[in-house]
Amino acid sequence: MIEVKDVHKAFGDLQVLKGVTLDVSNGEVISVIGASGSGKSTLLYCINGLEPIQSGQILVDGTDVHAKETNVNKLRTGLGMVFQQYNSFPHLTTLENVALAPRIVLKKSKDEAREIASKKLDHVGLGDKLEVYPNKLSGGQQQRLAIARALAMGPNYMLFDEVTSALDPELVGEVLDALRMLSDEGMTMILVTHEIGFARDVSDRVAYFHEGVIEEIGPPSQVILDPQSERTRKFLSAVR
Amino acid sequence: MEYTFHWRPVFRNLPDLLEAGLLTLEVAVEAMLVGIVLGLALAMIRMSGRRSISWFATSWVEIARNTPALLQLFFFGFGLGAFGIHLSPFWICLCALSFNNAGYLAENFRGGFQAVPDTQVKAARSLGMTYAQAYLRIVIPQVLRIVYHPMTNQMVWSVLMSSLGMLVGFRELTGETQFLASKTFRIFEYFLVTAVIYYVIVKFILAGSRVLSWRLFRY
Repeated sequence: MIEVKDVHKAFGDLQVLKGVTLDVSNGEVISVIGASGSGKSTLLYCINGLEPIQSGQILVDGTDVHAKETNVNKLRTGLGMVFQQYNSFPHLTTLENVALAPRIVLKKSKDEAREIASKKLDHVGLGDKLEVYPNKLSGGQQQRLAIARALAMGPNYMLFDEVTSALDPELVGEVLDALRMLSDEGMTMILVTHEIGFARDVSDRVAYFHEGVIEEIGPPSQVILDPQSERTRKFLSAVR
Repeated sequence: MEYTFHWRPVFRNLPDLLEAGLLTLEVAVEAMLVGIVLGLALAMIRMSGRRSISWFATSWVEIARNTPALLQLFFFGFGLGAFGIHLSPFWICLCALSFNNAGYLAENFRGGFQAVPDTQVKAARSLGMTYAQAYLRIVIPQVLRIVYHPMTNQMVWSVLMSSLGMLVGFRELTGETQFLASKTFRIFEYFLVTAVIYYVIVKFILAGSRVLSWRLFRY
């Protein structure tokens, strides 16, 4: 379970998160929607400790992410993250991209790491691209590679940061299919997204972010189809 | 215009010239290795943004890149000599070349580090890698690729620049040529052969660099 408790986060003078509270239960899929700059992505970076917070607390299975005594590297193996800019490692083949962290972080043997990697790549439909370098992959393929890379660590949670925003429209579908597959498998996911239709389909709950706070949260049937807040309604009518 | 070529004295002394060529290669390679280490250090000091030490690195880079290499050589020869520090011609040449290489390479390395997006580190860290692992496995291999060709150029430059060593009495390839030529007065012939030897050394370096890059960089 991920517990976000009254988190405040600022970049210099700029307050990005102004008291965010959110619980994510195991097996749940939560989509976070909202305008650019509303703090959605920052929340993900704070959850896996890539960004420090000023106050509040984030617990992952009871472990305080930002506590000094927490081994954040170990914690992150349980928290897969996929970024907007695929961030594939250009100097490694597809297989090496995925096998590297299991080998040097989880201390698997070389063969074991490669086996995990090829299994995960197969799972996202890249089984025939193992020896290819990322510059030979399309954006959609690179994003699926990033998903496989995160999955290879055996995470309990997956954080997706606008994973389709940088893609050409015709490539969005294949990545969304991979996400849908994960949600069908029962993966706990936080999905920062602009794909409102997709959020409605796969999410258990949808959170609408506005200027660093959660303006409205609830099942998609409420937040997307029948928003209670005037601001949510305005946002949704603007993006449609 | 009449000029009769006399090649025999040159070819008789070819072994000496080739030996001097090896000395040229030696000082150039050593200056390159020292230059890489110092250049990396200078780049990191400059990127650290600590004023207390970065002024030193910045001055080094500025002087190395914006003053004649010959004056840098004279500094380590006559300059230090004026303070009673007398280096051998080999060491003067090695110090000056290393100083110059480090200055140029520091800028290349800095550019290389800046060209690897910060998100690469974030992605590596998100997989549970430590900061050191992220740098060693993800950032530095990419930087090496970016600076590989500038480094090759610097290596070539290092070989050619070592010819200035002649002016502080260093008998590397050019110094040896001058020495032999002045004994026989076959100056044109000697320097023509020496030019060919330089050319072969440089081509050898470029070819080696290319073969190595095929093995190192598959992407």
